[in-house]
Amino acid sequence: MALLEVKDLKVRVEEREILHGLSLTVNEGEVHAIMGPNGSGKSTLSHVIAGKPGYEVTDGQILFKGEDLLEMDPEERAAKGVFLAFQYPVEIPGVATMTFLRTALNAQRKARGESEYSTPDFLKKVREVSKSLNIPQDMLKRGVNVGFSGGEKKRNEVLQMALFEPALCILDEMDSGLDIDALRIAADGVNALRTPKRAMVVITHYQRLLNYIIPDFVHVMSRGRVVKSGDKQLALELEESGYAQFEEAA
Amino acid sequence: MNVAVAKTGSGRAVSDLFASAEGRLPGSPAVVAVRRQAFDTYERLGLPHRRIEEWKYTDLRALVGEVLPLAGSPDTAALSRAMEAVKAHAFAGACKLVLVDGVFAADLSDAKALPSGVSVTTLREVLEKSADLLTTASTDAVISLNAAMATDGVVLSISDGAQPSAPVQIIHVATAPSASAFTRSQVRIGKGARATIIESFVAAGAGAYQVSDAVLLSIGDDADVAYIRLMDDAPDAVNITSQFVTVGANVKLNYFNMTSGGAVSRLQGFITFTGEGSELSLNGVNLLKKTEHGDLTLLVDHAVPNCMSRETFRAVIDDRGHSVFQGRIIVRPDAQKTDGKMMTRALLLSDEAEADNKPELEIFADDVSCGHGATAGALDDNLLFYLKARGLPEKQAQALLIQAFVGEAIEQIADDDLREHVIGIAERWLERRS
Ligand SMILES: Nc1ncnc2c1ncn2[C@@H]1O[C@H](COP(=O)(O)OP(=O)(O)O)[C@@H](O)[C@H]1O
Ligand SMILES: [Mg+2]
Repeated sequence: MALLEVKDLKVRVEEREILHGLSLTVNEGEVHAIMGPNGSGKSTLSHVIAGKPGYEVTDGQILFKGEDLLEMDPEERAAKGVFLAFQYPVEIPGVATMTFLRTALNAQRKARGESEYSTPDFLKKVREVSKSLNIPQDMLKRGVNVGFSGGEKKRNEVLQMALFEPALCILDEMDSGLDIDALRIAADGVNALRTPKRAMVVITHYQRLLNYIIPDFVHVMSRGRVVKSGDKQLALELEESGYAQFEEAA
Repeated sequence: MNVAVAKTGSGRAVSDLFASAEGRLPGSPAVVAVRRQAFDTYERLGLPHRRIEEWKYTDLRALVGEVLPLAGSPDTAALSRAMEAVKAHAFAGACKLVLVDGVFAADLSDAKALPSGVSVTTLREVLEKSADLLTTASTDAVISLNAAMATDGVVLSISDGAQPSAPVQIIHVATAPSASAFTRSQVRIGKGARATIIESFVAAGAGAYQVSDAVLLSIGDDADVAYIRLMDDAPDAVNITSQFVTVGANVKLNYFNMTSGGAVSRLQGFITFTGEGSELSLNGVNLLKKTEHGDLTLLVDHAVPNCMSRETFRAVIDDRGHSVFQGRIIVRPDAQKTDGKMMTRALLLSDEAEADNKPELEIFADDVSCGHGATAGALDDNLLFYLKARGLPEKQAQALLIQAFVGEAIEQIADDDLREHVIGIAERWLERRS
């Protein structure tokens, strides 16, 4: 059984169809890249998988481990192992990052019928991961993402990914707004989380990120559809020729 | 009203309230005369209603209807319930002064082991000698009624320069259902003293009770005071409190009120600066659900120059709750260099939640910096979704954001343990919500 199966997905936002029958299959352990120009619907796809309100699915299906994902609340999806690293992580003043991380982790564990993490175990784990991601301890005391730089926000997303150990990670434009050093740290963090079981969907506009996170498959999205799929070679071709050819095909 | 005998909603004559209580009200003959006069004033005015400007949003005739008969003396069972309530609501390490159904309960209090610099007597005792504590300049009907009916209260004094080793906590416990308690207390903080006073209102099994409290707080020059009020009444209770505060020179006063219970509650604070160079931090939180009505009405009178006041108010309103904030700042002609600001924010958790905000600046001096701001809105959907996408169920995600919201007022409490105590009460309110 595939880990994630998106079948002929049609999605509307405010009466306008954004995804026009999109299909995508992701198996355990695979890394898929989704590339496409701005406005092609990449974030829309990631939001619908995560369960963000405001999107109307008019046709098609999303199965996760064979279960109908669209029937689940966002928190249920998270507990089942769906994780979206947001393109624009929000700032939450007054909620300390540490409190947020522990509350979220324990909520997921509780939903799965697992015991809560003990505080020392939790702290140890956070400390380990944040160190490898170059996240100072002091940042964890601040409000979630409050006053964080673009790079820090993205690293905070990777930190959560490492803590929650999801089965499927969707990274929406993790590279946007990052300089090359920040990108390398974040990408190293992601690569450290690659396992034979865990799958990743890496959404990006640019080929650059794929030099660091090497995908098994590359899909080109244009105007709400996957218009071409291939291996990592496809990303390099795109770098040469650009998206224009696909805009016409779509 | 143009009828011979004023009647309440249930048909009881208003005058019965006083007549049936008078025999149990303490005080010298002079006090009796003051009480009678105060009750006459109340009887003439009746409960405040919406056509009285200060009570526009809190119409007690509509919300409360009538004043319930005075609570009787608590029996043994009631006192043991009260003891449990005191245990549950005491702030760890505080020196407790307990009033049960409006009467000082020495056995439940720590009055025999007061920290040094703290002295305590009761209103009951003071009224044997003087009626002074029953008189205020106010013309408010609820304050007149309180003067007429006050059965007891704490008369607390912190001596000059004292730094008591423990906070003093006045705990009002209601054990008698469908009855009222009238208390009046005096708190005097000496010059240069440093003290923390907590006042808690709680129920011990009682429902539908009414509390009328008045506190006369005076703060001497150079004192540093934290005054924390926690109105955590039973869901169907009524609590109307009036607080008169005079602030001397170079005082630091950190004043906080949180309302987390009660069907109808109002705290009206009248704060006057009487000496220069003082700083007042005034913070409030209303946590309201069902059809609860919570009113914080503050008058800050900058009667002298060079004082600062900061008011931060947060209301969280669920269901059909109704929150009222009235903040009036008066800057007298001499009060140059006054710095007075207030900011109020309401979080509306349902479409039927209601928030009224009435800021009033009356500025008669020209070299001042004063202002106010207000916002009202729902929880941010994007923040909620982020939390849910990380595994938090709706109510838990809301709770985290609500805590952050009220935290903006609670964080003004300087003492870590006291802040945690207050956060604990807010958390229990959030748990009752879900
Ligand atoms: N909330 C929204 N309301 C209206 N239009 C939207 C909304 N979100 C996305 N869109 C539109 O959907 C299309 C796809 O957007 P998006 O999924 O963000 O693309 P991408 O992530 O590939 O840049 C764009 O045309 C965008 O304007
Ligand atoms: Mg996007």
